[in-house]
Amino acid sequence: MTIRVELPFHLRNLAQIRGEVTLDVPGPVVSLRTVLDALEAHYPVLRGTIRDPVTGRRRPLLRFFACREDLSHKPPDDSLPAAVTSGAEPLLIVGAIAGG
Amino acid sequence: MSRVRVLVGTRKGAFLLESDGQRQRWQVHGPFFGGWEIYHLKGSPVDPDRLYASQSSNWFGQIMQRSDDGGRTWYTPGGALETTPDGVPMGQSNLFAYDTSPETGRPLSTHQWYDGTQHPWEFKRVWHLEPSYTDPDTVYAGVEDAALFRSTDGGTTWHELAALREQQGEKWAPGAGGMGLHTILLDPNNPRRIYVAISAAGAFRTDDGGQSWKVITNGLTSNYMPDPTVTIGFCVHRLAMHPQHPDRVFMQLHWNVMRTDNAGELWTNIGAGLPSDFGFPIEVHAHEPETIYVVPIQSDSEHYPPEGKLRVYRSRTGGGDWEPLTNGLPQENCYVNVLRDAMCRDDLDDCGIYFGTTGGQVYVSPDSGNHWHPIVSNLPPVVSVEVQTLS
Repeated sequence: MTIRVELPFHLRNLAQIRGEVTLDVPGPVVSLRTVLDALEAHYPVLRGTIRDPVTGRRRPLLRFFACREDLSHKPPDDSLPAAVTSGAEPLLIVGAIAGG
Repeated sequence: MSRVRVLVGTRKGAFLLESDGQRQRWQVHGPFFGGWEIYHLKGSPVDPDRLYASQSSNWFGQIMQRSDDGGRTWYTPGGALETTPDGVPMGQSNLFAYDTSPETGRPLSTHQWYDGTQHPWEFKRVWHLEPSYTDPDTVYAGVEDAALFRSTDGGTTWHELAALREQQGEKWAPGAGGMGLHTILLDPNNPRRIYVAISAAGAFRTDDGGQSWKVITNGLTSNYMPDPTVTIGFCVHRLAMHPQHPDRVFMQLHWNVMRTDNAGELWTNIGAGLPSDFGFPIEVHAHEPETIYVVPIQSDSEHYPPEGKLRVYRSRTGGGDWEPLTNGLPQENCYVNVLRDAMCRDDLDDCGIYFGTTGGQVYVSPDSGNHWHPIVSNLPPVVSVEVQTLS
């Protein structure tokens, strides 16, 4: 399945990505974990920047949004919303808002 | 014709400052890695075009950057689209995993937290990079939470020298900036000897390439610990060593400036005569092993120069006899700080001294501290300053 992912500014720069990323993610279940696995496989420089490279946990100042929902605290193996797995909506990876 | 390249790490990116040996006219390059915290950059003594940089962010974690052309271009050494023979994507250069393996590692204990409770050991960032004197692909990294890592493949993969944590790691505690291993001194004549310092744990030495370590805090005192006779818990701010005298090490401690002449077996206080016993950086002259530099700061609660006067203090006698160096430095209304990794010296015949401030200035003295001028005045807060002497 083709999944759309939007990355924050600094990660786009780091991976030299312009605009949105489209990824082929194998099914049958497309989850946060399989999307991030595919993203890191295509862009190894992103390893460790979204998930801790040792524990695999989401970095605390990042959030996952899609379809007006906050998916940050959903189990990582849950299926993503149908609109994301169909490619109609992107998965948004967002840096927590903080000054400085 | 000699020239110098100054590597500046700031809270919002890196900058390279270049000049000829006169060190009067400067070219400024950057920002590199704009918007990221650059704790440290350093060049290989063997191959000056080989630079390493620590790029980090509270949001996105740790990125290792490397340049093979003197800083014109950069890349993440383990971040390219490479695969192993098994087809598994690489990208390991950002991975700093504490070694708990039965073969070479040590169990990961907890460490002391600010409130005295125990706290899990968690990697946060690389504070300091120290390239080898003999091999451009070998580089050491001091990290937070405190540990020493080494790469022997140009920063592509990192392995912890885990025996260091055996030295009462459960009693180490973070300083105000975190529990970082911030100083790595390599002995140019003996690659098996390394000094490191951790805030707030102390100073340590290995004589066998990191297989075993010794606490070297005898002679240090502290009034912020309940038991003054302890060996662990000292907030060492910085160590400095002249490469020709590896047994003689100078220390800016949280309070007091110290020296040892026997590789850390005993430290003595050399801070008498300074306007304050608090500060962060310390540096040694390139050609005068008894000439040292510090930047006194008002106190541990007031991180700015005493009386609003930015003064570098120099001792030509290895401490105990200090003179203020003020020519060209602001002498009123100056309330910047100079962080521990933000002072260095070049190797030119007329030794240059450099430092950067939290106000974004980088100063140079091309004559051993007698006269100063700003190279740049409006960078983001400066975290680290290193200089390469190029021929």
